[in-house]
Amino acid sequence: MQMLKNIGGRIGHFGIIAAFTAFTAFPFYWMLITTFKQTNDLINVKNNPFLYNMPPTLENLRILFFDTQYMIWLLNTLGVGVLVVMITLLLAVPAGYSLARLAGRWGQQLAIGIFLTYLIPPTILFIPFSRIISNLGLQDSLWSLVLVYPSFTVPFCTWLMMGFFKSVPKDIEEAAMIDGLSRFGAFLKVVVPISSAGILTVIIFTLTLVMQEFVYALTFITSSSQLTVSIGVPTFLVRGDVYFWGSLMGACLIVSIPIAILYNFFVDRFVAGFTVGAIK
Amino acid sequence: MNRSTAAVQVRSPLLEEEQWLGRMMLAPAVIYIAALVGFPFLLAIYYSLSDATVGSQALHFVGFRNFQRILENSIFWTSLRNALVFTFVSQLLVVILGKILAMALYQDFRGKWLVRFLILLPWVAPISLGSIGWLWIFDPVYSIINWAGQASGLFGPATWPIWLGQPNLAMASVIMVDVWRLLPLATVIILAGLSSIPQDIHDAAQVDGAGFWRHLVYINIPLVMPIMLVALLFGIVFTFTDMIVIYVLTRGGPYDTTQVIASYAYFTGIQGGDLAEGAAISLFLFPLLVAAAIFLLTLAKRTEVT
Repeated sequence: MQMLKNIGGRIGHFGIIAAFTAFTAFPFYWMLITTFKQTNDLINVKNNPFLYNMPPTLENLRILFFDTQYMIWLLNTLGVGVLVVMITLLLAVPAGYSLARLAGRWGQQLAIGIFLTYLIPPTILFIPFSRIISNLGLQDSLWSLVLVYPSFTVPFCTWLMMGFFKSVPKDIEEAAMIDGLSRFGAFLKVVVPISSAGILTVIIFTLTLVMQEFVYALTFITSSSQLTVSIGVPTFLVRGDVYFWGSLMGACLIVSIPIAILYNFFVDRFVAGFTVGAIK
Repeated sequence: MNRSTAAVQVRSPLLEEEQWLGRMMLAPAVIYIAALVGFPFLLAIYYSLSDATVGSQALHFVGFRNFQRILENSIFWTSLRNALVFTFVSQLLVVILGKILAMALYQDFRGKWLVRFLILLPWVAPISLGSIGWLWIFDPVYSIINWAGQASGLFGPATWPIWLGQPNLAMASVIMVDVWRLLPLATVIILAGLSSIPQDIHDAAQVDGAGFWRHLVYINIPLVMPIMLVALLFGIVFTFTDMIVIYVLTRGGPYDTTQVIASYAYFTGIQGGDLAEGAAISLFLFPLLVAAAIFLLTLAKRTEVT
């Protein structure tokens, strides 16, 4: 009886996992199938869409890379990403350390204030920003994104680093300071190097946040050569009534999978960044 | 007594120096955030009280005229109602499904890494691109859902739903995509909460003979509640202010049945060129978000068991 119950439980468990995985992963599986299908295969309604009724093809990817500006968008995204990462690190790492170690009571209040910037999302700010950006002469330029994106990466990463620094034992810096380093010297030469895991996490998350961003890029940028990938694909590849579904799906898949793999290694830290601050 | 005051005297210049250093290290981040979140936020309030447009730099103070106009506009009320339905229904589903999935993932099994990877995909992939994938799944002619429904006999021969073209179905479809996208985040946050329950509590419950449901109601749900409320807060912030899913899938259509405040603000303020009214529309998000945050964080504090 007990054994039967155990087996039933395991089948139920497997069923739940399988159903959820199918729900989350199906669109990506579907992108994969579609990417390699010939257009005539896709648009023939009599074909079984799960099967390759015609031989698979690389034509869709060729169109994507050589006949569209996809490569430029990828490079734009990467360029903005690298610059935003640098700004974010310069601002968020010292700020996180300060909140974790040097700031007293007022630091805690300031930390909550930084947390509360989540309540002022891009959807409220993009309208005033559209005017600010055009007054700065940055409209239609990737620099507008480099300037604005840290406004949402810095708060998040400051929290992440604050949590990280709190878990570094105090004795390490104190030992370094007894050895004659100043507090700032101890921070630069001792604390930062042993915090490389935290810093790497900040880099990954800043990059993914930059890749995800949509509203600001949609508002600031109009010419296709200045777009990032999350805007370029839905606005310039989806145009009029002719959809190149094969190329479109390839475009989505190529961006999604590598970040997902990277991300999977860091997800626990990411969760800590969300939750550490909010409770206590 | 004497010794301790001496110690304080020796330490205090150092302490002062540390305080100064702390401020210097914090200042750049705080200034950046003040300049790029605080200042535009104030500007949004200022615009909402003016007649700013995209075309001209001239700006006149007009008082609450924009708000008055918005409150008389039926599309605004539709957007507000849609945003509330969109947020409430999707977050209800996300919390329930996220809890079930987190409990299933809490146990150890083979291939967990791969499963976690597949479950995280929707959250990690850029939302606009994930939504494009759904655009293809919901295609009016080639929808795979319809094909599978027909082939399996689940749909009658005359049933061919146009997912994004029929008012109720369109709302259901965007809600489904939002659930799909936010479920992974809620799941990993709840999972972190589950993992932080000390093992002895589970052991004690087992000794007392608590079955699955009692365990769920008296241990799993209350102990995870604070962290679940935090997951819910993020879900609400992301959903209520999101326009990406709706922009890509329906552009607010058909007949504004999926128009939400965020997308309506974009179409009015940027595409329509009426900065002032767009700013006023988007500002309606703020008090609602603050209310949700205060409510959920208070509740999280109160339900915290220590």
